[in-house]
Amino acid sequence: MSDYLTLSYWDIALGSVFIFINAGLSVALELGVHKRILIAGARMVVQLAIMGLILTALFAVVSPFWTSLAALGMVLFAGREIAARQDRPLGGLWSYGLGTVCMMIGPMVVTVFALTTVLRSDPWYDPRYAIPVLGMILGNAMTGIALGISGLVSGLDTRRAAVEAQLMLGATRRQAMAPVIRQALRSALMPIINSMSATGIVSLPGMMTGQILGGVAPEQAVKYQILIMFLIAGGTGIGAVAAVMGGAYRLTDNRHRLRLDRLGAEKT
Amino acid sequence: MLEITDLQRVGLKPASFSLPEGACIAVRGPSGSGKTLLMRAIADLDPNDGRVTLNGEDRAAIPAPLWRRRVAYVPAEPGWWAETVGEHFDDWPRAVPLIERLGLPQEVKAWPLVRCSTGERQRLALARALALQPHVLLLDEPTAALDAAMAGAVETLVLELVAGGMSVLWVTHNPEQAGRVARRILTVEAGQVREAAP
Repeated sequence: MSDYLTLSYWDIALGSVFIFINAGLSVALELGVHKRILIAGARMVVQLAIMGLILTALFAVVSPFWTSLAALGMVLFAGREIAARQDRPLGGLWSYGLGTVCMMIGPMVVTVFALTTVLRSDPWYDPRYAIPVLGMILGNAMTGIALGISGLVSGLDTRRAAVEAQLMLGATRRQAMAPVIRQALRSALMPIINSMSATGIVSLPGMMTGQILGGVAPEQAVKYQILIMFLIAGGTGIGAVAAVMGGAYRLTDNRHRLRLDRLGAEKT
Repeated sequence: MLEITDLQRVGLKPASFSLPEGACIAVRGPSGSGKTLLMRAIADLDPNDGRVTLNGEDRAAIPAPLWRRRVAYVPAEPGWWAETVGEHFDDWPRAVPLIERLGLPQEVKAWPLVRCSTGERQRLALARALALQPHVLLLDEPTAALDAAMAGAVETLVLELVAGGMSVLWVTHNPEQAGRVARRILTVEAGQVREAAP
């Protein structure tokens, strides 16, 4: 499996030319995003470099403690990212906590399931499998959960009168919120549905191409990719349902009132 | 008998009064004084403190959805959640006589909501709440968007039901209307609820 082309730092520097072209275009066209392009690019380089170092160290020790610590770190960052993507976050601890907890019950559970039953890596927590699989599921579930929560919040906000009208006529909070909850879950699941439909025709997923570049037979890489897509769909679905239900629970109370006062301040 | 003791919430100072069975009280006061807050607090739509009982039964002991069927609130700008008018009614046959009394044809059932004027919506929302056969009706400016004839139809219908034992709290800006529908008047000023001399 060593017949792949290695990259030197110069090769990467040559590739980075395109980031500078983008930044140049932003200046020329007055898009005002050149700074953000450069910062995002730099962040990516630093984050990936650190990830490379961490993975090297993790692979060397194969310790359940360090592997789960790394996994926990990834989940916490993902939870922070979900909170950052909300225009109107849930107030207090919930803003950060809900997304994080849902990452644990969606992606974490699905990853452990895959490692112990399908992939059967030995030991099951072998970071060479655990960390990349978790990372791929997390990245997608994060998008789904963030979309689900913001769909719920904006849905309840814009359709407040409709939801309260039902409550006023004696509906339970579940009945009154059902249309908003359904809409939020649909928008949470849409990206994974779309990406499953397009995969293989429009897009070649990164993991599969990565394995092929690394010398794995396409047939094997395809099998891996199919499995991963199933896991992503599972993790996203479970995580998004938990997040939307949790959010809906938080934004109402046991007297069946709509509690939008529990939302944090709107970000400008 | 609806009894309210020290009902309070943000924007509303402790209020106590009672609304006997078959009575209608008018609620008056400047905009933003807390009339709507008072109505919402009685319907338990916002967090609030205090004791509210209906015929001796404590509100806290009654599940909120059931409470709101007994003490129905009709806001000034009612909300709608479905496409057609009919979908907003649990029991359409029961609503038909009410709707006809309010000057709307039966065919309104199939109308898309976007086709209804503000005044039509206001009357439909009233019929929707009355169809629940509540013990207490909380009305927030129910005739604001209606012409005199239609406002009269609303007053007549509600007063008939009051004569049948329903209790009503009726928010109105119109002093003549207050005089027509109620013998007692509550005023709300800067969150303070007071009984006014009629």
